Amino acid sequence: MNTKKLPRWLGRIPAYIVLLLAALVALFPIYLVLINSFKERKAIFKTPWALPIGDVFSLVGYEKVFERSNFGLYFTNSLVVTIGSMFFILFFAAMAAYALSEYDFPGNRWMGLYLAIGIMIPIRLGTVSILRLIVAMNLVNTRTALILVYTAMGLPLAIFILTEFMKQVPGELKEAARIDGASEYRIFWLVLPLVRPAIATVAVFTMIPIWNDLWFPLILAPSEETKTVTLGAQQFLGQFVSDWNAVLSSLTLAMVPVLILYILFSRQLIRGLTAGAVK
Amino acid sequence: MAQTKSHPSGRKFPTHIIVFLAPAVIIYTLFMIYPLLDSMRLSFFAADSAGNEFFVGLQNYITLFTDELWKPRLWGAFKNNIVFFLIHMIVQNSIGLLLAAILTSRFVRGVGFFRTIYFLPTMLSVVIVGFIWQLILSPLWGIAKGMMEAVGLGAYFQPWLGLEGPALIALSLISVWQFIGIPMMLFYATLISIPDELLEAATVDGASGWQVFWKIKFPLILPTVGIVAVLTFVGNFNAFDLIYTTQGALAGPNFSTDLMGTFFYRTFFGQQLQLGNPTMGATVATVMFIIILTGVLIYMFGYQRRIQTYEL
Repeated sequence: MNTKKLPRWLGRIPAYIVLLLAALVALFPIYLVLINSFKERKAIFKTPWALPIGDVFSLVGYEKVFERSNFGLYFTNSLVVTIGSMFFILFFAAMAAYALSEYDFPGNRWMGLYLAIGIMIPIRLGTVSILRLIVAMNLVNTRTALILVYTAMGLPLAIFILTEFMKQVPGELKEAARIDGASEYRIFWLVLPLVRPAIATVAVFTMIPIWNDLWFPLILAPSEETKTVTLGAQQFLGQFVSDWNAVLSSLTLAMVPVLILYILFSRQLIRGLTAGAVK
Repeated sequence: MAQTKSHPSGRKFPTHIIVFLAPAVIIYTLFMIYPLLDSMRLSFFAADSAGNEFFVGLQNYITLFTDELWKPRLWGAFKNNIVFFLIHMIVQNSIGLLLAAILTSRFVRGVGFFRTIYFLPTMLSVVIVGFIWQLILSPLWGIAKGMMEAVGLGAYFQPWLGLEGPALIALSLISVWQFIGIPMMLFYATLISIPDELLEAATVDGASGWQVFWKIKFPLILPTVGIVAVLTFVGNFNAFDLIYTTQGALAGPNFSTDLMGTFFYRTFFGQQLQLGNPTMGATVATVMFIIILTGVLIYMFGYQRRIQTYEL
């Protein structure tokens, strides 16, 4: 018995070693960029692993970034584009998902399939024609162009997930409202709060790819006034690649909002991911 | 649910259904479905120097597949993309499965903490990840070199991103580092949903942890392997940002890291020496569409169906 117990206890150590090692590999690059962005140049090279305390602490990188680029403006653009797209995705997807889950109209199944094509086929493949369309609409270098394209990009998955959740809303509530003479639109507004958790999950899912996208800002809105953080950082980094302070600081600036959001919402996101996969 | 299908207004024209569907269907059709179809149409056209477009049939495809300037770029990008995909499938998915398997074994504490950390890089922009790794691998900063020296492998360090052979492998592994959270999470969700009684019964019957994994858990996660494979395939054959950020639109050195995505961008938008060509760009996009569609269809009608009958 004793001989059997000992190896079991010992057997757990390799498992923890693997987990910790993987965690270190995942974190060290981010850690290095964060801490070195607060150091003076010499210390970046001499003691890259040390914390930025004492003499080596310096904000020179951040000063340079704000002097030479419009990071504040890029942030505003990213915020406007991401929040704008998210609003339309969530609102329009909820409406469409309600129609698909609630009414048994002819062609319901086909409509669901049609709207699901975009889950697997990347919207990027239509870029040549998207650009022509945006040019024809006179929307090149506008945030509106990005919002329209991102809304189209986010809708398929959002509709798919929300339809699944809306099917689970009990029918009694809706029936009771109908008997009271409520309109179909009014009932939609009654159902909406009931799927709030699903809407939150979809919000996190759609937000991240939009905030992080490089392709469409690069092609549809590359002007200085409409650049997003991702494109702004990409071009700034390309330009100042030898200025280590500026590079590390701009990387940190571009990373921090996502990191904060992730830490705040990771529980929700991970729950959504695992729940979706089980289904 | 059944009662909801006949609403009080009887057979009145269902305006509300149209109102509910219209915004989503219009935006989705106009900015996604129409451009995809129009790109395919454009792939059968060419433009003269004045910009007038005329129908050329399959000429663009013939050029792409046979012309001495186009053919090597197409096959180069395609082959690199296959390598990129295979490295993801082998490294990303096996490590993802290993981590998920450890996290779902009953004795492990701090599961939420580890999961959050493993998924963190996935949240970051590919642009940021590309630059971070460019810095880490830079011989100037010497982080990677220092780490290898610390474990006695210093002699093996090379500036991988600048070398024709290793650059593609290095970039694939950077991408694996970023996206490992996705297969890990999907495998985790599947493993955690296996009923405890099944595992307990096997343990009581004297099966070892290893046997339980291969005989019980592994067959049950096969459907997830399929989902992970198709997600990886679509993502990889659409990848662009990482190569563009670290190697530029020319996907250097000497096109050795060129993927379908960068090839598409160069064809459509041009580069220093060559003007962009929208109709050829549309042709490359259509080829990419066919590749991705083939992958998705193989999954849907080949893999998924076989797995289902196997389970029955």
